[in-house]
Amino acid sequence: MWGRLSLDALPHDMITIGGVIGGGLALLAGIAALTYFKKWRWLWTNWLTSLDPKKIGVMYLVVATIMLLRGLADAGMLRAQQAVFAAGDGGPISPDLFQQVFSAHGTIMIFFVAMGALFGIVNLIVPLHIGSRDVAFPLLNSISFWLFVAGMVLINLALAVGEFSTAGWLAYPPLSELQYSPGTGVDYWIWSLQIAGIGSLLSGINFLVTIFTMRRPGMSFMKMPIFVWSVVGCMALVVFAFPILTATLSMLSLDRTIGTHFFTSDMGGNPMMYINLIWAWGHPEVYILILPAFGVFSEIVPVFSKKRLFGYTSMVLALMAITFLSFTVWLHHFFTMGAGANVNAFFGIMTMVIAIPTGVKVFNWIFTMYRGRVKFATPMLWFMGFVVTFTIGGLTGVLMAVPGIDFQVHNSLFLVAHFHNMIIGGVIFGFFAALTYWWPKFTGFRLHEGLGKAAFWCWLIGFLLAFLPLYALGFMGAARRLDSYDASLGWQGLFIVAGVGLLIILLGVFFQVVQVGYSIWKRRELAVGADPWDGRTLEWSTSTPIAEYNFASLTPVIYRDEFWEQKHRSDVKKPVELIEPIRVPKNTGVGAGIGLLAVIVGFGVIWHIWWLALAALLGSIVIVIVATLKEDTERIIGVDEIVATEKKLRGVKV
Amino acid sequence: MKKSVKPFFSPWRVIFLVVCVVIIASLGAFLLLNGKNIAVLNPQGIIASKQKDLIIFTVLLSMIVVVPVFIMLFAFAWKYREGNTKAKYTPEADGNRLIEITWWAIPLIIIAILSVVTWVSTHDLDPYKKLKSDTPALTIRVVALQWKWLFIYPDQGIATVNEVRFPEDTPVNFEITADAPMSAFWIPNLGTQTYAMNGMTSKLSLEADNVGEYRGSNTNISGEGYAKMNFKAIATSRHEFDMWVKAIAGSNSHLDWTVYEELAKPNKNQPVVYYMLHEPELYAMIQHKYMDDQTTNVQQSGMMNHEGMN
Amino acid sequence: MSKPRLLEQKFLDYKTSTGFWLYLMTDCVLFASLFATYIVLHPATAGGPTSGEIFSLPMALTETIILLTSSFTCGLALLALRQNNLKQLVIWLAVTYVLGVSFLTIELSEFAALVGDGHSWQQSAFLSGFFTLVGTHGFHIFIGLLWLLVMVAVLFKKGITLKVKRQLGLFGLFWHFLDLVWVFIFTVVYLMGVAS
Repeated sequence: MWGRLSLDALPHDMITIGGVIGGGLALLAGIAALTYFKKWRWLWTNWLTSLDPKKIGVMYLVVATIMLLRGLADAGMLRAQQAVFAAGDGGPISPDLFQQVFSAHGTIMIFFVAMGALFGIVNLIVPLHIGSRDVAFPLLNSISFWLFVAGMVLINLALAVGEFSTAGWLAYPPLSELQYSPGTGVDYWIWSLQIAGIGSLLSGINFLVTIFTMRRPGMSFMKMPIFVWSVVGCMALVVFAFPILTATLSMLSLDRTIGTHFFTSDMGGNPMMYINLIWAWGHPEVYILILPAFGVFSEIVPVFSKKRLFGYTSMVLALMAITFLSFTVWLHHFFTMGAGANVNAFFGIMTMVIAIPTGVKVFNWIFTMYRGRVKFATPMLWFMGFVVTFTIGGLTGVLMAVPGIDFQVHNSLFLVAHFHNMIIGGVIFGFFAALTYWWPKFTGFRLHEGLGKAAFWCWLIGFLLAFLPLYALGFMGAARRLDSYDASLGWQGLFIVAGVGLLIILLGVFFQVVQVGYSIWKRRELAVGADPWDGRTLEWSTSTPIAEYNFASLTPVIYRDEFWEQKHRSDVKKPVELIEPIRVPKNTGVGAGIGLLAVIVGFGVIWHIWWLALAALLGSIVIVIVATLKEDTERIIGVDEIVATEKKLRGVKV
Repeated sequence: MKKSVKPFFSPWRVIFLVVCVVIIASLGAFLLLNGKNIAVLNPQGIIASKQKDLIIFTVLLSMIVVVPVFIMLFAFAWKYREGNTKAKYTPEADGNRLIEITWWAIPLIIIAILSVVTWVSTHDLDPYKKLKSDTPALTIRVVALQWKWLFIYPDQGIATVNEVRFPEDTPVNFEITADAPMSAFWIPNLGTQTYAMNGMTSKLSLEADNVGEYRGSNTNISGEGYAKMNFKAIATSRHEFDMWVKAIAGSNSHLDWTVYEELAKPNKNQPVVYYMLHEPELYAMIQHKYMDDQTTNVQQSGMMNHEGMN
Repeated sequence: MSKPRLLEQKFLDYKTSTGFWLYLMTDCVLFASLFATYIVLHPATAGGPTSGEIFSLPMALTETIILLTSSFTCGLALLALRQNNLKQLVIWLAVTYVLGVSFLTIELSEFAALVGDGHSWQQSAFLSGFFTLVGTHGFHIFIGLLWLLVMVAVLFKKGITLKVKRQLGLFGLFWHFLDLVWVFIFTVVYLMGVAS
């Protein structure tokens, strides 16, 4: 009746138990607070059932931040093991636990932190950037968010019930097959990603349609903010790459449940096929992560240099080139699998070719600063840190693109240092820059600058200390994912330095947490208007807080950087605002319902409780059918209400 | 509100610069002192040597882009900072054909050069390519297990676990398979690593230039004991190698299929063992475990040009 | 209907069909992954039957004709929809449904026969690939038939509304897409399978 679920599934080792208790207490504290302040109804009606992309965006960011803390905790355990215990024998973290921790660390950071931050910012900013009120399919947007949450719930549930995968963040077979991983770990990994992945795919479709069809009249493609272009590239990659992930995870799951032989060692299975498929998704995935970060910096540098972005057309071409090329390089993740010299050389060369448009972007950003007036507020500091770290990462990337070199450093700590360079230096720094840049738009006050700067320096120095030694260790022959090594190798010193680096990063995180708390406390002193940075794009033309409908009227756009032109050109005509009733989607619990059922489906399949999984699946289908047939899904904001809101929020008479 | 002009070398800046210098100096000192420990930069074989040269070449070539980026980044940040009202300010300037063409072109040229080097070096360093030498090659068949390495010397009739010996200046042709999750065979001092996969043979040719003892390991997670999957790669003189083979030939440990099945069971901290090889077809039999009865080996007809039973 | 409402509906049609086309592209990539896997694993018969030994071309051809016809009748249904002819619409949708069910029946019987003979997906990588590729297509057909039922139920309850028109248009796209995928399956799996 309950499949393979039993009391054995509860955690046995102290560290996991500690993690579960800690997480559980935090959850209980949240529940207690909501109950005490009687905020359940508020949470449900104002946030969880909202189809407003601004709200959905904030929720993505909250989840991503919580997952960042979990990912960093995992990182802490890895560093602690490698710096303190690995040179000896043992320590409190067993090899099995260590392997679960690094598998969880990678999976969480990529799928729930980076993707979450990405979708959060895209939801918040893209509709505003194109001057629209919403995304193309608001209900689908909510469903995507809740599928993301469902995946997050499953991966955290693995802590408390069962175990997690020990096969790394990509679960290569045959290790991830039943023969070598008979437990529930890999299944948790599969279903967490499968569910979240479908959410991402739906969002990819949603945002592409939004950008293609809902731009303001007059906003041609070449007048869009560059951030929107970066999102176009990103979502195009999502749409083409995520179905590969869906198919591949399904096939691995079939191997593990009904006995197919796609990737098994025997009966004709071919693990190499999995590796090709998973990286055909996996490489575009890392570009999915980085392109919006590029877009964020393309917004920040012009604003903080008080100068137009240098080479807009070049930037667009570079983005599209990177998007296209990212599908032609996947084999560089397994040069050592023996494809032969011709194939290896081809993919190596294509990998290097991507460095060209990427380099062009870096030059264009730097030349935006040239003869500008650069203000080194926190967002701009993050940009500087990004260029430094990302360039180092790019250099090591070009090194590894040469198959001959990769043959030595593949799967070593050199590789680990490289990709952290790109993801932390690029994606995470971009995320923090975006946060500090757009925070005042949505809240009405700035984040405290001093604390922001302190956080930045801690992150930058901490990052360099944590990862530069790993390059050296890679060259010294240290493989990745090691829970122990011989003390006589002399590696421990470098691991200790890396551990210190992580501690400094954690100090930076501490500063960020304090920054947010302190800024909220001192929000009156830190209050700013609706356009604190003298912005260039349409989001800064709204009030703060932003009206639910974003813009009272959808007046045509004439220029790139329309808002800047409206502010600073003397010859521009202010368009006449035409106020009409606005339809906004009603709140609905469909998304949350589907999220809950998705968790149950995943849990059912993982534990072989087939009736439960089937029932939940049928339930989701029924909900979807009912939702698509519902007629009364919108409410109307009348002209009077709009006029009153505009008077109240913007102090203007429309 | 007029800001007072801050001196360039404010206390914070000085501290920051000193810290930077200390860090860089320590790293440099570390690298110098630990030279021998840095296996990839301290090659002991022809393949690793070529790879080190490639690394140095690529790094230097990339400097053509990396150095200007850093210089421009900091120079522009300094010169065009808000406080420097003397610097020229052109807020509407948003492009310059010549400059843009330059930095599409220069990286293109660099990548073009690197592409040629890549093409040539990838073929030169192809693990399938046999090393040329007057000395006849030594064949060693490698089986990745959980969590140890089995080395079969078909021509010498011996087998070892977790220790592989070969003479210096002799090409060694490794034929590598696995009876374990996908693993990777790596001796960083000698060069190139290669995946070890069930039911297939990967090939690798390495050669040691000098006598020495080198570390080998697995780089692809293969289960709980993965981190313990280390082995010794010992390059000896030709004479010592022959003596070593003779010594094993007299031992009592025999490796046949039954002993192998026991050996293949998962265990960590496997000590070094030497065997007389009593089953000459052992490697083929191990590989055959994962192949279907028909001779069509899926991995043969797949996209990769691996070789099946050989 | 007022002009603004008409424009609104036109825009909704445009947005929805753009989105649905994108979804079909993603489904295309999904099938492409399954096709690629099938092709790579095709020779891996692990001592079991090869494609030449188990596929019946007459049966596959029958399935193909049924499905192609159902695409045709679906087209007729949408033509009736254009003319606001509810009766014709329902009739042709019903025929499409019957053809779809026939297709699935034949396919499931093929699967059952194979499994009965001991040639299930567990026997080899080739069979895993076959059952999954063809089965995924069959599952899509099943979802399509479910969709069709819901549409007919709505038609009976509300008649031809703008929303139903839009949704039926999407269904048509979906059904034709599945037909196209089937043509590839027929070619790559059955025709080439028997030839090899």
